[in-house]
Amino acid sequence: MISLAHYIVLGAVLFCIAVAGLFINRKNVIVLLMSIELMLLAVNMNFVAFSRFLGDVSGQVFVFFILTVAAAEAAVGLAILVLLFRTRSTINIADINSMKG
Amino acid sequence: MGLSTSVLLIIVLAPLVGCLLAGFLSPFLGRAGRTAAHSLTIAGMVVSVVLSFHVLYQLALGGAENYNQNIYTWFQIGHINASVGFMVDRLTAMMLVVVGFVSLVVHLYTIGYMRDDPGYTRFFSYISLFTFSMFMLVMSNNFMQLFFGWEAVGLVSYLLIGFWYKRPTAIFANLKAFMVNRVGDFGFLLGIAAVLTFLHTLDYAAAFNAAPTLIGQHLQITANTQWDAATVISILLFIGAMGKSAQVPLHVWLPDSMEGPTPISALIHAATMVTAGIFMVARMSPLFELSSTALSFVLVIGATTALFTGLIGIVQNDIKRVIAYSTLSQLGYMTVALGVSMYSGAVFHLMTHAFFKALLFLGAGSVIIAMHHEQDMRYMGGLRKYMPITWITMWAGSFALVAVPFTSGFYSKDAIIEAVGESHRWGAHYAYFCVMAGVLVTGLYTFRQMYLTFHGKERFKVIEQHGHADEHHELPPGVLAHPPKESPWVVTVPLVALAIPSLLIGYLTIGPLLYGNWFGGSIHVKQTNDVLAALAPHFHGAMAMGWEGFTGLPFWLMVAAFVICTYVYVFNPSMADRIKNALKPLWAVLDRKYWVDEVEYALFASGGVKMGRLFWKFSDAGAIDGVAVNGSVRMVHRTAALLRRLQTGYLYHYAFAMIVGVIVLFGGYRLFGN
Amino acid sequence: MNPQTLQLICFYAFSFVAVVAALSVITLKNTVHAVLALVLTFFSAACLWILLDAEFLALALVVVYVGAVMVLFLFVVMMLDIDLEKMHEGFVKFLPVGVIVAVVMLVEMVGLIGVRTMHAQGLGANPATAAGVSNTAWLGQALYTKFLLPFEVAALILTVGLVAAVALTLRERSDARYESASRQVRVNPRDRVRLVKMAAVRPEPSAATSENTPGEPQP
Repeated sequence: MISLAHYIVLGAVLFCIAVAGLFINRKNVIVLLMSIELMLLAVNMNFVAFSRFLGDVSGQVFVFFILTVAAAEAAVGLAILVLLFRTRSTINIADINSMKG
Repeated sequence: MGLSTSVLLIIVLAPLVGCLLAGFLSPFLGRAGRTAAHSLTIAGMVVSVVLSFHVLYQLALGGAENYNQNIYTWFQIGHINASVGFMVDRLTAMMLVVVGFVSLVVHLYTIGYMRDDPGYTRFFSYISLFTFSMFMLVMSNNFMQLFFGWEAVGLVSYLLIGFWYKRPTAIFANLKAFMVNRVGDFGFLLGIAAVLTFLHTLDYAAAFNAAPTLIGQHLQITANTQWDAATVISILLFIGAMGKSAQVPLHVWLPDSMEGPTPISALIHAATMVTAGIFMVARMSPLFELSSTALSFVLVIGATTALFTGLIGIVQNDIKRVIAYSTLSQLGYMTVALGVSMYSGAVFHLMTHAFFKALLFLGAGSVIIAMHHEQDMRYMGGLRKYMPITWITMWAGSFALVAVPFTSGFYSKDAIIEAVGESHRWGAHYAYFCVMAGVLVTGLYTFRQMYLTFHGKERFKVIEQHGHADEHHELPPGVLAHPPKESPWVVTVPLVALAIPSLLIGYLTIGPLLYGNWFGGSIHVKQTNDVLAALAPHFHGAMAMGWEGFTGLPFWLMVAAFVICTYVYVFNPSMADRIKNALKPLWAVLDRKYWVDEVEYALFASGGVKMGRLFWKFSDAGAIDGVAVNGSVRMVHRTAALLRRLQTGYLYHYAFAMIVGVIVLFGGYRLFGN
Repeated sequence: MNPQTLQLICFYAFSFVAVVAALSVITLKNTVHAVLALVLTFFSAACLWILLDAEFLALALVVVYVGAVMVLFLFVVMMLDIDLEKMHEGFVKFLPVGVIVAVVMLVEMVGLIGVRTMHAQGLGANPATAAGVSNTAWLGQALYTKFLLPFEVAALILTVGLVAAVALTLRERSDARYESASRQVRVNPRDRVRLVKMAAVRPEPSAATSENTPGEPQP
């Protein structure tokens, strides 16, 4: 029998993998963006599971909204990435530190 | 029959209305504004004076009850109730008439004296404001309003001493007056606070009723000091009076205040404001009577002022300063009278002094106009044939000042001297000596001044010029563009108007004022302190007292002064310089005014500056600017420089920080949560 | 076979795929491969959601994410000329840190969740079926009533995202030719054609002049 715990733990595992991805990939912005997508997926996993568990539709509605925002975020993020590559010919994060204090 | 509230309100408010109209309306009227200013203010004064006489008449002869009512609640804090209210009894009514009359006369005189001054309307506005403030002071029925009037007259005094605000000396003088008065006012305010502490009220009537409860109460500052409450209150209040009425050592501002226009010297710094302290002490007699220590203090201070400031007057060359020191000396006499519990005598002398001293000042002003604003007596002399009215009236005032029998000054001053002789208070012997010697001193400076000004050789030259009137500014001292001439009627009429009471008022009023229980309940004197009661059996009417005056020691001292001055200044003018050289050290002491100014500058002024510099350097620049303001800026700067290293600009560092934060939160929740 | 057991087997299978694919996302050297691995992750997740009876969201995930967002990723990755070798630098160096952080976090999370107690609780009946509607209708009813305003705001956010993405990447190329509609509309006939009145004089018969005179009939 699948329990709530199965999904929660799966979500946690996915989230931690995404966190590890953030640390390991210090160069590639695209992988960073993908890691963020993974995190959002992990969160969505929890939402869906709890929605089913509690019999509450709100969880699924929120997943819907998160998908929306994530899509917009991906679009804008990639646009920025393109722009960045166009001006600096790199997507290496190590080179992008203009915000240094 | 009681007094009408509306009449009293009109008395007070008419000068205020005049002041406001003259101050705010006249500037818009151009040339007509000058006429409007003096017409409006004088109209206000006439209304006030007429009603003041009415009030006096009602109280003295009409059988009216004393008036004591609150009219308006100013503010209320807890049980402290500060009201605007009037207490009008015979003491107040007398002050109203004196203040109103002298003020009216001065208003009139100002038309002539200030004719060419650009600040004409401003001046009228100020003196009306002064009159309003003084009325508020004397009519007050509580300490708060008294303090209001007290400060308001101080303010106007400040404004008027610095009336010619382009003169550095005037600015210095008004600042000095302001500062010295602050010292007095500090004591005064503490005194009011003490009244509130011990008597729990600011209302006169309630406070005086509760005054006997002060006996046995003490003020404890430290464990071992116990000060009698009545003494503390009285001395603190008297310190206020010392500032306002220029008693030693707070007298230094009054001679300098002569930088103001002469009408002001007459009105404020001779006749009325400086006597506010005397009035206040007389009003507070129920409190002062409780402490013979405080009264001894008053007595000694007054006696010192009476003699030693008079001595300075002998060596002054500025005609106004002589009269200023004479004012100080006479204020000393009043204070002495207060000190021997002869409050009515002090008020009596206050009244006579107001008339003859205002007369002397206005006369001096008349001389100054004639001399084209030359005030140094060394460049005068022989003026009597140019300005006879001024000369005669000035002599009238001088006779009153030196107490020639039958003049007003004689009655008031002789009564004081007799009372001091009668008193057994601690310090009375010293005071008796001082006031007696003061008579001689008064004679010396008065006759010297009169001789130097009106008699002897002319020590000025007249160079006839037919140019512009302005040119005499460029002339050296003692050289006049036009010969001196008698002042216009707006100046001489006030002189005559003041000369009459200067000569007669004492003869007319001494009986009721001193021995006739005129003041009734207004002034409270303890049975054992009542020197007037002791003197009363010897008083057989004003006429008899006048004749007796010729046999008293004061008269002969005055005659001695007259003889000395007449000889020195009329018959043997070179004598003056020889005396001066012979008594060089003494002369130097007097010329430097006992170095009181220097000591006070060195001790308080420069000490204050040093303290200010200390606070500036260490507290303000060092602690506040250096540590609190710039220090916090520097700290922020340093912290930011440190924190700025954290801002690497690398995304993964920020992510790392966030993740670590999340981990720490989780861990914390795991460890401490639930 | 017991349907519940079957479901459990399916769950573990899809979970395994999803986790392995997620690991590949962060470890694969080639970014294109990583994107494809992410697609697989999403796919597995969609399957897992179907196990939860969230059919609409599962399909939306496939359509929106796999069909649109991930294709966008692929486009971008292929469009940019990325030095893959350089991109992978420092992988080994930061691997231990990443692993430690991830493991610590996982341990904490699992500990906080309280797996043991939660394990005993089943998921319960499908709420949509209990309400007598399909999952899509169930979700749609909530979305168009209770969450109408947030739904509209979401639409607005998508539009803004779209406009922002276009605006950011749009550039004017100097070597391209554009036509300006506004200038075309604003044009005044007088700027283009000038009518000149001339006397009806037959000019000298010359080829050059006759060509340069408009409005004159050719001889």
